[in-house]
Amino acid sequence: MAPSSPRHAFVQGARDALPFTFVVSPFALLFGVVATEAGLNVVETLAFSIAVLAGASQFAALQLLTENAPTVIVLASALAVNLRMAMYSASLTPHLGEAPLWHRALAAYFIVDQSYALSIIKYERERLTLTERLAYFWGSVAPVCPMWYVMTLVGALAGTAIPESVPLDFAVPITFIALITPMLRTLAHVVAAVVSVALALGFAFLPYNLGLMVAGVGAMMAGAQTEVWMNRRRGAAQ
Amino acid sequence: MISGGSIPTAELWFVILGLGAGSFALRFVFLGLVGDRRLPPWLLRHLRYTAVAVLPGLVAPMVLWPAATGGTPDPGRLAAAGVTLGLGVLTKNVLLSILAGAATLWAGVWLF
Repeated sequence: MAPSSPRHAFVQGARDALPFTFVVSPFALLFGVVATEAGLNVVETLAFSIAVLAGASQFAALQLLTENAPTVIVLASALAVNLRMAMYSASLTPHLGEAPLWHRALAAYFIVDQSYALSIIKYERERLTLTERLAYFWGSVAPVCPMWYVMTLVGALAGTAIPESVPLDFAVPITFIALITPMLRTLAHVVAAVVSVALALGFAFLPYNLGLMVAGVGAMMAGAQTEVWMNRRRGAAQ
Repeated sequence: MISGGSIPTAELWFVILGLGAGSFALRFVFLGLVGDRRLPPWLLRHLRYTAVAVLPGLVAPMVLWPAATGGTPDPGRLAAAGVTLGLGVLTKNVLLSILAGAATLWAGVWLF
């Protein structure tokens, strides 16, 4: 095989990321439609996708805004959904940490589920130079992120054309449920999800959507504790 | 519920910009500022479960008490949620689950 070059790495990243556009596009489209339905204009909807660039977090914020939740709760909940980005950032640091600050800052903005997952798999499997690693990262960003903006715009423009009788209110829960299920990889993830549901329903009476905060913190601890317990059991079994 | 134009413009922009800045901060914090230092394992352990800890809690009340029906449980919506969850667990296919859930909801709208 020919020695890999940055150009080659970029093309490879783009090719690996291409299938993700089929997942990302309908999701962005749906955000555009739902945001328009919630009363946002095209500029506001597009600004949302450009500023945040994270689907689940955008849907969560939009949902809580329409429920008239206090701004602090909206921000805290939507940011909590994005806490995994900090984990991605930490995980990419050993591979991209030597790049200049401006380059790291620019790359940081484009850390999304897809670009992270592809890049980290590549970095852990192959020995690449820093330039090649960066090129691969940008390649994995290229088909996915612009599609997020474009399809949000399309959704926002098409949104007003959708008849009132369509029960769009339920697009959000369905999308979330579908997004959550592949995350239930281990017992600890399942425990976290179940505890989250139980606490959210049990504490639904709390004002300001605080029940969701209780659920989030409680479920996170439940997941982490289950992981510790599972590791201990595995250790004992060996 | 998602419906009709009641979000104040100033609050909306505050959330858009605040969430944008906050999300960038989360993405930048380690890559940009922390560098190669290792994170404490307990912190990583909690971060691993944030998405799966927040999203189900957000969805559960929307499924049980949909605002569109004034908070009364609705068989069509419950069925749609059940189908989406079941297919998601079985197939792990996000798009397929969404489409099947939407189809169930459509069927429910026609039936009830």
